[in-house]
Amino acid sequence: MSDFFTLAVFIGVIASAIRLAVPLLLAALGETFGQRSGVLNLGVDGIMLLGAFAGYYAVLKTGNPWIGLLAAGVVGLVFGVISAVIAVTLQAEQGISGIGIYLFGLGMSDLLFQKLVGTPIPIETFPVVEIPVLSGIPWIGEMFFEHSIPVYLAFLAVPLATFVINRTTFGMNVRAVGEHPEAADTLGVSVTGVRYVTQMIGGTLAGLAGGVLAISLGIFQQNLTNAAGFIAIALVYFGAWRPMGVMLGALLFGFVNAVVLELKTLEVIPRELSNLAAMLPAIITILALVFVARRFRAPSALTKPFIRAD
Amino acid sequence: MTIDLTHRQRRFLAYSIPVIAVVAALLFGAIMLVLLGADPIEGYVEMFVGAFGSGDALVATILKATPLLLVGVGIVIAFRANVINIGAEGQMVLGGLFSTIAALYLPSMPAIFMIPLVMCAGLLGGAVWGFIPGILKAQYRVNEILSTIMLNIVAVQLMNYLLRGPLIDPREVELGTRIPQTARLPQAADLPIIYGDRLHIGPIIAVLAAIACYYLLWRTPLGYELRAVGLSEHSANYAGIKVKRTITLALTLSGALAGLAGAVLVFGSESHRMVTDGSTIGFTGSAGFNGIVAALFGGLHPLWTIPASFLFGGLIVGGQALQRAVQVPSALIIALNGLVVVFVVAADRYRSRLLSYDRSEEDRAGDPDEEALMGSARDAAPGLTHSFDQEDSS
Repeated sequence: MSDFFTLAVFIGVIASAIRLAVPLLLAALGETFGQRSGVLNLGVDGIMLLGAFAGYYAVLKTGNPWIGLLAAGVVGLVFGVISAVIAVTLQAEQGISGIGIYLFGLGMSDLLFQKLVGTPIPIETFPVVEIPVLSGIPWIGEMFFEHSIPVYLAFLAVPLATFVINRTTFGMNVRAVGEHPEAADTLGVSVTGVRYVTQMIGGTLAGLAGGVLAISLGIFQQNLTNAAGFIAIALVYFGAWRPMGVMLGALLFGFVNAVVLELKTLEVIPRELSNLAAMLPAIITILALVFVARRFRAPSALTKPFIRAD
Repeated sequence: MTIDLTHRQRRFLAYSIPVIAVVAALLFGAIMLVLLGADPIEGYVEMFVGAFGSGDALVATILKATPLLLVGVGIVIAFRANVINIGAEGQMVLGGLFSTIAALYLPSMPAIFMIPLVMCAGLLGGAVWGFIPGILKAQYRVNEILSTIMLNIVAVQLMNYLLRGPLIDPREVELGTRIPQTARLPQAADLPIIYGDRLHIGPIIAVLAAIACYYLLWRTPLGYELRAVGLSEHSANYAGIKVKRTITLALTLSGALAGLAGAVLVFGSESHRMVTDGSTIGFTGSAGFNGIVAALFGGLHPLWTIPASFLFGGLIVGGQALQRAVQVPSALIIALNGLVVVFVVAADRYRSRLLSYDRSEEDRAGDPDEEALMGSARDAAPGLTHSFDQEDSS
């Protein structure tokens, strides 16, 4: 146990918490847009898996992680549109149709992997970029400024998302459509249009989240995300539908995962108990949901399809 | 809705919509098969023959339909009370674990006592896993979709821990193979075989559960309360119904039935032990999700869920036959399964629209048709679409 409380381990855990938070953060930011507009996309995990495979496969074929990231984003965008068709146009019950998308992604990504790749081959990962000057700060530099480009971009996306949601016309429309679609409709805002866009943003970010996950690990395998997409959905509640809150939640989960990983590597936790440790994120989520539900309110129109009265 | 259809035509169309949805999903699957380089026509012929083409196939279909029916009946109860239970996967796992533990640690006794006891343990396990999201929703307004998904994750890790550790077959440890499975469970707990060498009493248990659920929902005060809460929490509250208690109970009952499905899976399995491959789907075969689809397919009516489950059981058994015949990886079945879920759920809206139009017409004529009232998801529980909207109830 004493091995755990050293400075080197602490710095390593913080750095790895930040890395592990990134896929959760990206997927949850995308889901935040969707939920603010009144659409709950439960298929995030499936889209992440498809994005992860697309990213992995593209890097395997081209050797370029950036092309992989692009492929993951494009696949995510396509599935964002599909999610919108199902939830917005066809007005399917969102709590269940998303499970269908999840199952499709889970099966399809595995199917494609077995058909096109077969045995796992490691791929090129993102290079680490040290930020000049800042990375030279003792301890701090190692924790925060020695990451790959997608990590920095994901965290820069947080203030951007806050700005878009709170300070732009589009963001105002998103909130209006999520709180009171009838009123927004009366004012000439296209409820369907806004929800399509938020689903496309959500899909793209979920695809990218999967891509970052697979390319950072340098591998793909069946069910690579291990339910990260569902945790991401819960993080949106955890963060009370605000990008900053979502980021804090993602960091907390990254931290919990990093600590569990480190304890396992140092064999502080016996292997038999690792399954019990793996329950922690889900249990923390449930407790957090209790806390959040008492203080914050979900967008009023969340999961309600918009039907214009004739 | 301006298309001029007669009452009968609309009714017929409404009931055929889910079937059309499944056909659409299969057509989509055919495209996937072509892309995978397989012959879709050969594939689907194999699928039909594999599901319904022989006595063995029918037995396999009935056995596959059993957990779907049990889960589906539980889903009917939850959805009728306007509660979305996505946690049947985890509730099945808990039912499997509780009943397995009961079978391993109960003193030996004749089957006549043993079987009811382990089944009750399964009910209990599922009930516990349904009670948690129920009480969280009722008391703390925690969204049940999220809490049940999280409990699915907890359940699978609990299963992996128990089957790799405390419950592992001692022989697996001795031999060093350490396959995560229990020892062969006591024979007294095996579900009795009623036909051939595979068909056990599980399907009878499931059909009885469906009948009991019908009786509960439409012939008891409790069922009335469940449906009243589902239609309008507000009005139910005014009528003096204890809404919070009813919501908790709906999820607990729903979970209990899924738990029973888990117990039937364990004691009706051919190896007569509980095994894990590390995922929930490995144990449940996605029955926790497919049961939802079967329930929607059956119009959220417990008795209609019986044929709906049979059909879905056939779809899954046939899918496996298809996959073997055209030699594509089994992941195809999970993907196809996802497509079916999406198509059926997306089509459900159109069915309820047709039926609600039907109903409003008849209401005007002063002749409300009871069956139309029990027709479809949103029809029965208009509040289903705003399950998050709990503020006004407190």
